Amino acid sequence: MTDRYLQIDKVRMVFETRKGPFCALEEIDLDIHAGEFVSLIGHSGCGKSTLLNVVTGLLEPSDGHIFLANREITGPGPDRGVVFQNHSLLPWLTCFENVHLAVARVFGATERKSKLKERVHRALELVQLGNAESKYPHELSGGMKQRVGIARALSIEPKVLLLDEPFGALDALTRAHLQDELMRIVAATGSTVLMVTHDVDEAVLLSDRVVMMTNGPAARIGGILEIDLPRPRERIALAGNRQYVALRAELLEFLYRKQMREAA
Amino acid sequence: MSALPANVRTLMPPRAEVGPAEEATQLHPAMNEASSAPEPPLYVRTRAPEWLPRLLAPVIGLALFVAFWAILAKAGGGLPDPVSTWHSAVDVFSNPFYKKGPNDQGIGWNVLTSLGRVGIGFGMAALVGIPLGFMLGRFRFLSDMAAPVISILKPVSPLAWLPIGLMVFKAANPAAIYVIFICSLWPMIVNTAVGVRHIPQDYLNVARVLNLSEWTIFRKILFPAVLPYMITGVRLSIGVAWLVIVAAEMLTGGVGIGFWVWDEWNNLNVQHIIIAIFTVGIVGLALEQTMILLARRFSYE
Repeated sequence: MTDRYLQIDKVRMVFETRKGPFCALEEIDLDIHAGEFVSLIGHSGCGKSTLLNVVTGLLEPSDGHIFLANREITGPGPDRGVVFQNHSLLPWLTCFENVHLAVARVFGATERKSKLKERVHRALELVQLGNAESKYPHELSGGMKQRVGIARALSIEPKVLLLDEPFGALDALTRAHLQDELMRIVAATGSTVLMVTHDVDEAVLLSDRVVMMTNGPAARIGGILEIDLPRPRERIALAGNRQYVALRAELLEFLYRKQMREAA
Repeated sequence: MSALPANVRTLMPPRAEVGPAEEATQLHPAMNEASSAPEPPLYVRTRAPEWLPRLLAPVIGLALFVAFWAILAKAGGGLPDPVSTWHSAVDVFSNPFYKKGPNDQGIGWNVLTSLGRVGIGFGMAALVGIPLGFMLGRFRFLSDMAAPVISILKPVSPLAWLPIGLMVFKAANPAAIYVIFICSLWPMIVNTAVGVRHIPQDYLNVARVLNLSEWTIFRKILFPAVLPYMITGVRLSIGVAWLVIVAAEMLTGGVGIGFWVWDEWNNLNVQHIIIAIFTVGIVGLALEQTMILLARRFSYE
């Protein structure tokens, strides 16, 4: 594994609008190592989701390139596992079938049916939903749906896990619970993660590095914060940890002093 | 109760658990003291169950309708009264499947023949309309192309197509089926297309990030997402088709409930006409309810 596993190279994103070109991202350069957890943080509208969608392949950058494990990304593909903000489970499929859809796509050509099923079981057990396999999404709580979303993303053994404000729609307690869960899962699988968030605590708690983005239009990387807190991290213990408090303060300083929004 | 702030709680007698049934007793503190047992208050028990008025209302409605009909019949004008119509209906339905020549068959045969025409015309419309709807929903250009034609033809009474059908097919039966086909077509095209256009982008994004094949996208995402819209289209189509078949058969003749109505008019058997009206209504209701049940089976939220 190289130390530049996911490489975002001079990516610019310009949207053609009716009022003329709108520059969302201005030359983003970012290298992510294998096994690293990186968060993108910034005010809403700063283009952090746009950047993630470029990595996902849903958007094509106007300029620049993205490489994953030395291969250029030219479109969406199952080498990246995506977790959407609003879970995006298909309501007519059970949890099992939702995950199976992804597993069958990636391993269906090479593996036997029993093996595929076993992969689905394992993915759902990883997010502790082994007993909810035959449930439909509308029978699950918001947190459980999001866990199925994570299981679906991880089931295809992606090179990188892309999370788009995965816990943004959840209540605070559920969110905390899922953050702990995500830390456990990432530690267990050694996944490389790129996550978009606007939650300062979430960013500091989960990440190895936090990429702070300036306000759009023409957003850039305003700074990168190294979070060298030892793992495993304990939410309650960290609350009083001086290093944690300092990192948190630095992030807040960036977001609310340097990048204060006029209208917000 | 437990959601109340602590200072409110102290105003009430301390209780371990207060269920919704007991909560009602709080309205009557006197009664509450008299019976400390967890017995529900009397007035709850004596009140009529909630479903009773909901059941009673339609019964009263039907009764009023029949009464109004009886009064009209009494007033004269040749309208048969409900009782004689009922006896006639018992007679008609006691032998619904007799055959005495091409123009004299039981009401069962007439209804089945009409249903058969609707089934064939409607089935062909589904075969054409649903795939067409998918295409119009998926491709903007096709939809813009078809829009003016559909907009102009949709409001046309299906019966206006009958002469063209007679001209082309030179026979009554295919012409009637063809009218059903035309009138069933539009709701299915339009609703399917709307359904395809309303698929949430999230679902399509899932398909894109997984790079699913077109066939898998169709089976696992497009089709189930559009199904509720399609069923609405089918429901509207069947409704219109059943409306139209009576009129079409009046014009084309042969066997069928519409023809039966016309035939009984020629025989001046008004009782049978009223029986036919009710039969058409009840069959239409049954078709509609079947579709609603089907729709409920395939709704996901």
